[in-house]
Amino acid sequence: MASASLPDSPLLTSAKIVIAGGFGVGKTTCVGSISEIPPVNTEAWMTAASETVDRLDPGIDKTTTTVAMDFGRLTIGPDLVLYLFGTPGQPRFWPMWDDLCRGAVGALVLADTRDLAASFPAVNYFEQDSDVPFVVCVNLFDGVLHHPLEDVRAALALPARVPLTACDARDPSSVARALLTVVEHAMSRTPRPAAGALAAR
Amino acid sequence: MQLRYWKVRPYVLTAGRTRTRQPLLVHTLVSVPYYDAVFAAGLLPEARSLYEQARRTARSVAELSAVCGISLGVTRVVVDDLAATDRLLVHTDHDNVDFRLLERLRDGLRKLA
Repeated sequence: MASASLPDSPLLTSAKIVIAGGFGVGKTTCVGSISEIPPVNTEAWMTAASETVDRLDPGIDKTTTTVAMDFGRLTIGPDLVLYLFGTPGQPRFWPMWDDLCRGAVGALVLADTRDLAASFPAVNYFEQDSDVPFVVCVNLFDGVLHHPLEDVRAALALPARVPLTACDARDPSSVARALLTVVEHAMSRTPRPAAGALAAR
Repeated sequence: MQLRYWKVRPYVLTAGRTRTRQPLLVHTLVSVPYYDAVFAAGLLPEARSLYEQARRTARSVAELSAVCGISLGVTRVVVDDLAATDRLLVHTDHDNVDFRLLERLRDGLRKLA
């Protein structure tokens, strides 16, 4: 049966951007601020029972964290949906990253300048183990950029070809601008279609 | 998320399979092309739950997994089975992201920025 041709079920397209970064850099906040659905978590929240395993910096007031991946949804048009997937922060969930990144438009690697080292593994992953275009984004926790971006780039040993930006993960339009940077970076790495190919679509 | 405890082990639903006929990524959209209540009534509870959840709007594999409380791997296999008999429509993804898609994303995000 030619179900695909039924008028009430037009083919939709979905795209995915991966939100990566270290533990506690604000991935869930970032997904939640722009998602039209509450961020869905496919697993449970960290509870007091796992505190000794997932140590949080005592100075950081955070009571829950993502155990597995969480994601949000953003309708771009009537036939296009963008999904945002936060990567699991803890190293023991790393095998999931390849699966999560498959078919992604790009990735936004969040960094916290108070704990840059937390984002080293994520930067490493996208630099060496993945073909997904990525942008590093400093999460402005207090809405203030404490260090010039050039200093952050140097501290992360980030090559010039990787865009570096800043956003406030709590602010939807700020997150949208950061995602825009990811899409534009992906565009710069994707060949433009020939005129004939475009007409055929 | 509401946790549900299903009565059978995951491998009963998947018959031990972990692979799918077609690639089902976490963001791959799935919908029900035409809803069949009689068919739904005959499904195992887990498969039925997935079928019902995809009924109203197209949902991603990850969303279905989360709302039904069924692990991602099992969701993939069951969705794949339902799609093989055209009970579910898989909105095939561009495996390679194309330029046109990026343009549409860029234009959409600009409106939000």
